[in-house]
Amino acid sequence: MSQTALLLLWLACGLLTFAIRYSFIALEGHYRPPAWFIRWLPFVPIAALTAITMPELLLVAGQVELGFTNPRFWAGLVAIAVAAIWKNTLLTIGSGFAALWLFNWIL
Amino acid sequence: MTPASAFLLGVRALLPMMLGVAPFGVIYGVVALQSGIPPLAAFLMSSLVFAGSAQFLLAQLVGVGAPALLMVGAVGLINLRHALYSASVAPVLAHLPRRWKLLLSYLLTDEAYAAAIPHLLAEPRSPQAHWILFGSGFALWFGWQLSTLAGVLVGSQLPADLGLDFALPLTFIAIVVPLIDSRARLIAALVAGAVAVLLVALPYKTGLFAAALAGLAAGAFIQGRKAT
Repeated sequence: MSQTALLLLWLACGLLTFAIRYSFIALEGHYRPPAWFIRWLPFVPIAALTAITMPELLLVAGQVELGFTNPRFWAGLVAIAVAAIWKNTLLTIGSGFAALWLFNWIL
Repeated sequence: MTPASAFLLGVRALLPMMLGVAPFGVIYGVVALQSGIPPLAAFLMSSLVFAGSAQFLLAQLVGVGAPALLMVGAVGLINLRHALYSASVAPVLAHLPRRWKLLLSYLLTDEAYAAAIPHLLAEPRSPQAHWILFGSGFALWFGWQLSTLAGVLVGSQLPADLGLDFALPLTFIAIVVPLIDSRARLIAALVAGAVAVLLVALPYKTGLFAAALAGLAAGAFIQGRKAT
């Protein structure tokens, strides 16, 4: 694709992303989403972000791999435990990287 | 709370997340160049699209020569979760002029939302609350531009065994795990994760969307049963 075609593609993707982000902010005051929608909302980021994350932790070259050949699985477990206990972003990301480098070095 | 103090509160709340966002931005730059995207276009995607995981996916799809319409659709699907953030912050922004709503919509990302929302919920009636979201959103935007620029310029010289692409899962773990405070939410996460792994072979990551819907339905079902 030419640079111009790529930039037009970015623009289309950007406008769509913006429309999604603007959607309910624009509608506020004109339209009230139904109660079930509000109840379901908190599950959206949990489900979407976990769906993006889990294959990164569990799969190696498209196959589920939970042995010592997959340091990302173990480092991910460390990060999940740290996040659950301390609920601290910096500590979670830092310990995840530290665990990955440690397991890469050991395994 | 003054606008300046609210803005700084938002910036400070976002800063810890930069530890995950910055390496991810660098990796995005590397992946974009490897996919054959020219450096300028790779950098401009960060302001035109401005969505980390979608940019990553889009760069990879350009690399494999996917049809343009499918690429736009894939970006839409992966960013659909931002509609939730939009609905969530809409009441806080209701009183603002349109230019504020447009600006804050453009800046509404996973990280900015996760950083700002505890403060927005704590001060829902503050007339300056939108400055908190602006602080978080602007800090993330600025950090993302810098880190993707660094990735485009020098990323190819970094050793590959640092595993910097691990930053995305780690950032999402840091956002999601503290949100899981009930059995229904735990089940939503487990079902979404399991379905995503099962459907990973589907083309163009369409399995992600099915997985997110399955997790959402499972969580809502468990919560609904408890309520009745």
